[in-house]
Amino acid sequence: MKKLAIYLMSGPETPELAEAAVEGGADLVELGFPFSDPLADGPVIRRAAERALARGMRTEACLDCLARVRARVDVPLVPMTYAALLEAYGYEHFAADAQAAGATSLIVADLPVDERPELRRVHLVAPTSTDERIALAAERTEGWLYLVTVTGTTGARVGLSPSLTDLVERARRLTDVPLYAGFGISTPEQAAAAVELADGVIVGTRALEVAETGASALRRYVRSLRSAIGAEVPA
Amino acid sequence: MTVGLYGTHGGRYVPETLVPALDELAAGWCDARVDPSFDAELEKLRVAYGGRPTPLTRVERFAPGRRLYLKREDLLHTGAHKLNNALGQALLARRLGKRRLVAETGAGQHGVAVATVAARFGLECSVYMGREDMRRQRPNVERIRLLGAEVRPVAFGTETLKEATSEAIRDWIGNVETTHYLIGSCVGPHPYPEIVRELQAVIGHEARAQFLAAEARLPEVVVACVGGGSNAIGLFSAFLEDEDVRLVGVEAAGAASLARGRAGVLHGARSSVLADGDGQILDARSLAAGLDYPGVGPEHAFLRDSGRAEYVIASDADALAAFRRLARSEGIIPALEPAHALARALELDDELVLVCLSGRGDKDLAEVLAS
Repeated sequence: MKKLAIYLMSGPETPELAEAAVEGGADLVELGFPFSDPLADGPVIRRAAERALARGMRTEACLDCLARVRARVDVPLVPMTYAALLEAYGYEHFAADAQAAGATSLIVADLPVDERPELRRVHLVAPTSTDERIALAAERTEGWLYLVTVTGTTGARVGLSPSLTDLVERARRLTDVPLYAGFGISTPEQAAAAVELADGVIVGTRALEVAETGASALRRYVRSLRSAIGAEVPA
Repeated sequence: MTVGLYGTHGGRYVPETLVPALDELAAGWCDARVDPSFDAELEKLRVAYGGRPTPLTRVERFAPGRRLYLKREDLLHTGAHKLNNALGQALLARRLGKRRLVAETGAGQHGVAVATVAARFGLECSVYMGREDMRRQRPNVERIRLLGAEVRPVAFGTETLKEATSEAIRDWIGNVETTHYLIGSCVGPHPYPEIVRELQAVIGHEARAQFLAAEARLPEVVVACVGGGSNAIGLFSAFLEDEDVRLVGVEAAGAASLARGRAGVLHGARSSVLADGDGQILDARSLAAGLDYPGVGPEHAFLRDSGRAEYVIASDADALAAFRRLARSEGIIPALEPAHALARALELDDELVLVCLSGRGDKDLAEVLAS
């Protein structure tokens, strides 16, 4: 079965939103721990991070949010953040406390595979990655490999990135780990096209926008993605 | 393996998309450094286009009773040391087959230097600049546009150099195959701190020889302002082995990443940054747009930690007083950034002092007259 991952920013409403996402058919929830200068993110996620920080969503509050999400859903939870937060908290300490709060792994958007190799995490590969780097990332990744489908930052795009085909083909030759495609996927049509190649899709920017309009809207949106990727929609 | 370390600082904290481009840049840089034609072309440009070597000027009326010299980067083409770096990186971009340059700018001097080399080499050019900096450095916005480059306003956060740098990096992430990111200071992911330092080392190389010619000995102390730290690292680099020469970096009081910062990650490198206990970057505040940055080059953090260089601060008021004093006593209008270095240099007890006058102050007249 193809997997659906939904990205949400940490905040007071996040446990309810995460529950709605899982009810809609999400198999995994990525939980954004906001950073003031998120280089990999386009304007929507950057603004969501700014708002979250303004509401006091610092590392401790995000870990607390993670634990509260864990109490409401059973799917894997993966904090997604930036190295600055781990640098301040302590890399191993952060990983241990996230795990204790219910995290399944962790994604650090600006920590490429050669930096801090001892930290277990989900690695990202991009259309610009060499085969050597894809192989190394696949070897070190925890559970699955995050395929960045576009040469660019997070955010909705028109159509599915043409780079994904080549990236999936190269990755398949080099590894057996599951491949989830993210960045630039926002519509059910794009999600359906992406899972013809990859094992799962990650939807962030559009999910955040929909989540702002409430849990039931998010549930409907996730359900539309779930239907599109050809798996059973939960009742 | 972690690359580009200065002690525990430096490295590459960037999205994966950029890593292959950084590898390509590092390889291109290594090739260029052993290619005599690269060196020859850069040297020719520095002399015939840039106006190097820049003079060393003793300022007796500014610092009576002492032998204080200014390294006159204000007399370089475009009015600041930024051209040294822009010329070298433009040659590098051409070797790598890039058709477009993207850059950030704070005070606008780096933006002007990049727009200048883009015009000279026929490259497309986009310069990101915070809206607040566009307001306070208006003449440089107009210069950049006159040179044929596009200025892209950055209208979020502090609307200054930090956000402009983030947006320039995001642009590069989206256009990495066609575009060279021409970073303006010795910051960012490896190999940028090394490239910028080596391209600015011409300041220290010339100044050391000129000082020896004037005084038949080395200065007791060498002083430069530090924002990201490129003019300082260029000047210091020639004196690192001269153990008796003190190296003093002067930060803006409201942007003292070294004097008041902590270890953190910003814009692709681990260094000393202004951040809170959670690693969130704090706002810097300085009258000098070129120093108004919460980070600093990783090599400076290393030089501070090792004790080889010391870093002190100067306030906006200190810088303004030094700005006016140099103008009135010597007929030289400095930029507000090196005015910070001048302010601290005046108070030193040492007799033989070398200060980097990293740029001229025409861009700052409105800001100074208003304060």
